[in-house]
Amino acid sequence: MYGKGLRTLSIAAAAAMGTALGLVFFYAPLDADQGFIQKIFYVHVPLAIVALFGFMAGGVMGIRYLRSGDRSWDMRSYVAIHLSIVLAVGVLISGSIWAKASWGHWWVWDEPTLVSFLIIFLLYCCYQPLRFSIEDPERQARYAAVFSIIAGAFVPLNFVAVRLAQAFSHPRVLSTTGGNLPGSMRLTFLVSLLAFALLWVTLWKLELTSKNASMQLKRLRRNLEGAFDEQRVPAGAPAPPVGTVPASPRES
Amino acid sequence: MIGTAWAILRKDLQIELRTKESVPAMALFSVTVFVLFHFGLQRNELEGDLAAGVLWVTLILATVLGVNRLFVAEREQGGIDGLLLAPIDRTSVFIAKASALFLYLVLLEIVAVPAFGILLLGPNLFTPLPTLVLLLVLADIGLASVGALVSALAVETRARDLIVPLLLLPLLVPVTIAGAEATEPLFSGSQAAHELGKWLGLLGLYDMVFLLVSIAVFDFLLED
Repeated sequence: MYGKGLRTLSIAAAAAMGTALGLVFFYAPLDADQGFIQKIFYVHVPLAIVALFGFMAGGVMGIRYLRSGDRSWDMRSYVAIHLSIVLAVGVLISGSIWAKASWGHWWVWDEPTLVSFLIIFLLYCCYQPLRFSIEDPERQARYAAVFSIIAGAFVPLNFVAVRLAQAFSHPRVLSTTGGNLPGSMRLTFLVSLLAFALLWVTLWKLELTSKNASMQLKRLRRNLEGAFDEQRVPAGAPAPPVGTVPASPRES
Repeated sequence: MIGTAWAILRKDLQIELRTKESVPAMALFSVTVFVLFHFGLQRNELEGDLAAGVLWVTLILATVLGVNRLFVAEREQGGIDGLLLAPIDRTSVFIAKASALFLYLVLLEIVAVPAFGILLLGPNLFTPLPTLVLLLVLADIGLASVGALVSALAVETRARDLIVPLLLLPLLVPVTIAGAEATEPLFSGSQAAHELGKWLGLLGLYDMVFLLVSIAVFDFLLED
């Protein structure tokens, strides 16, 4: 059920990513001030935006889970957050590289966006420990949903707080006035934003499909083992332990 | 709803009065942390941003202790079953727990802030005290609501003592920012309380958001 449209989506994501990379390297002009290193901007900023929206989407899916009690929403929320954590690592690394290249330090505390992002990343890093230290699956889903909502509400609040605390120095790309980005750069940026968003959706769907398939497989296998055991018991022989099934669907 | 909340709160306060488990530990902890900071920073007197930072970080760390203990009595003695069986609104449990934590924090600050003034603070504590009290009360509301929520979230997990600080400290970063930034001019001797309104506004926003979110989601944490 999750696999539907996955192929089209993957092709679209790959095409968008290819176009974005092509535009980044051959179309977008070199930044007069920062030179070639500025091109990391087309990876760093879209990644950050997609990761933040992924976190908030995880919160919305958590709300849907709590409202409907449908476990598939919990799975969606889990995969969304888990995927965004992976992207967030990429954001922090690419941000560090960019900071080193343009300001000469690997980490700059007076840059609100990077700092807020670190705080949010640290918070979301607790998602998996919290989730997997609860054994009852139903409660696990419920508590994870509550966490996703709290953290989702925290994301914008934290940005406000950190931004208030520091002087403005991060290059803002999508300010209300339209920024100071020339047209060709803006086009490249938007295309790579689209590419990363498609990548996120594709990976999200892919992981859901795979989790769903492995759960189905486990169910089938369990049924099969049950059938075997029933056949053996009348024959008099004690049923030998057949291949053990992992108890909880932890990430693979 | 207020009646049941009051009953639960009274029970919590009575337990705290008899066992003296949370508040003395939090107060003792904060004084010990001041001593640690004295040696760690190798300063006899602090002022300005350093003083504000030490005070707020210590209070936030002491909050973690209180949050760790908040639901423990219920969980260990089985009182939670009674709470869950009782035909009461779950929100009243939240209100009671958050109020209990709020009172613990106020008591903690009654000990820790004067202790800080005596042990570490260079400038006089009395002149900025009214503003500081206002800031602390606003911050306590936020700390109490987030703390009650995190405590309920973590009490069911296997690694409760690990989950609480890991979860709570990032969530409290905005409070630390607002508190430390607003306290810094108070402790640096200058009378100009610049940008105080901004930080009070941030604390108010934080309190409001987390009170509403907590009331909205708390029901789901006590649902079995």
